[in-house]
Amino acid sequence: MSDPRLIIIPERFKNVKNIIAVSSGKGGVGKSMISVSLTLALRDKGYSVGLLDLDFTSPSTHLILGVQGLYPTEEKGITPPITDGIHYMSIVHYSLDNPTPLRGADQSDAIIELLAITRWETLDYLIIDMPPGLGDATLDMLRLIPRINFLVVSTPSVLAFESVKKLLTLLIEQGIPIKGVIENMVLTTSIYIKQEVEKMNLTYLTAIYFDNELEAAIGYPNKLISTQFHNRIVEISGKI
Amino acid sequence: MALVRVNPYILGLSKLLREIIILKKYVAAFPVMHEWALAEGVISTAQKYAKDNGLTKVTEVIVMIGELQQVEHEIIEFALDQLRTPFMKDTKFVIKSKAAKFKCRKCSHEWNFKTGKLSEDVSEAIHFVPEMAHVYIKCPNCGSPDFDVPEGRGVWLQSIKGIKE
Ligand SMILES: Nc1ncnc2c1ncn2[C@@H]1O[C@H](COP(=O)(O)OP(=O)(O)OP(=O)(O)O)[C@@H](O)[C@H]1O
Ligand SMILES: [Mg+2]
Ligand SMILES: [Zn+2]
Repeated sequence: MSDPRLIIIPERFKNVKNIIAVSSGKGGVGKSMISVSLTLALRDKGYSVGLLDLDFTSPSTHLILGVQGLYPTEEKGITPPITDGIHYMSIVHYSLDNPTPLRGADQSDAIIELLAITRWETLDYLIIDMPPGLGDATLDMLRLIPRINFLVVSTPSVLAFESVKKLLTLLIEQGIPIKGVIENMVLTTSIYIKQEVEKMNLTYLTAIYFDNELEAAIGYPNKLISTQFHNRIVEISGKI
Repeated sequence: MALVRVNPYILGLSKLLREIIILKKYVAAFPVMHEWALAEGVISTAQKYAKDNGLTKVTEVIVMIGELQQVEHEIIEFALDQLRTPFMKDTKFVIKSKAAKFKCRKCSHEWNFKTGKLSEDVSEAIHFVPEMAHVYIKCPNCGSPDFDVPEGRGVWLQSIKGIKE
């Protein structure tokens, strides 16, 4: 008959004030870096923050945070461990660094299971690092998470924006609030993305330049927060 | 043949934490368990069904538990009992198990779930998120992780009986 997990999911988010999914139609545009950076920026503003990594096939926020061996505690469900002041949930708590070969339906089931059993404490912001595209994770978020907002990432490329536009169109059609679009990995200033975003009546949040220091900051949140990249995220963190 | 790959890391560092969890599991009070979260889902779903269908009383709920997740029946029963709503004051909760079956998508081999072969850590990962089976279990015939679990995954409601005004 009925799947008892679905009805309980909204309940699990009832203590979370703002839920922001960092998403893109395209892969490799900086979603995970932005998710972590945004979480740190909001934390440093004094907010209570959570980070949920929903990229089950290639989770990466734990690498950016440089954490390993975290394990949730069990308390009428599971409670995310806290690292660097962040309530942090990722499938790597269970899959470790093994490959996670999941078909779409299994991925969806895994997401539902995790959402149904994870109890978030009182949080001002929960940031969700999404896998790329319009696949199961995105559709499940639209279906299951009440009050979800999207923060959408593009690069300056026409190719990236074509995919991003499809995601934006879907979100608009479905009436999902969009906090805005970030243009990441900018090499030379151009107004193309800004124009396109504004044509859709959406907010163009900022341009983040390609930052040569960023790679060396992976695994070191303290280094990350002193990058140019992070400064940009701090600037927009007040607007969302 | 090695069916299971275990990362030695989790065996080491998180062992202490894990032992505490296991201790909790068998010695301390039941309600701390993850089963509680599943039971909440069952109760809320039954409650909604009763409301939507104009039932004034729920008399029986049959809950199916897939073997893969190794959910403890007594704990689910205990949690369901604790979580009863007024609608469900006298509800009989029937807990049934469904054996887990695997079918390889690559070579079509079919096999059953043998918990004995899994380490504590792997069992626990699968207990929380059953799809972790694809991380730690391989087809015993061809070694593929691309298998189907046609039966015995998760927890679901099989039936609800009640009285209508
Ligand atoms: N502004 C930037 N300057 C330099 N490097 C960047 C910038 N933004 C992201 N990167 C780098 O680009 C790579 C991809 O970033 P990231 O993993 O965050 O993208 P993603 O969108 O999450 O990818 P996926 O779709 O695979 O999840 C990383 O190596 C990251 O360090
Ligand atoms: Mg990513
Ligand atoms: Zn096989």
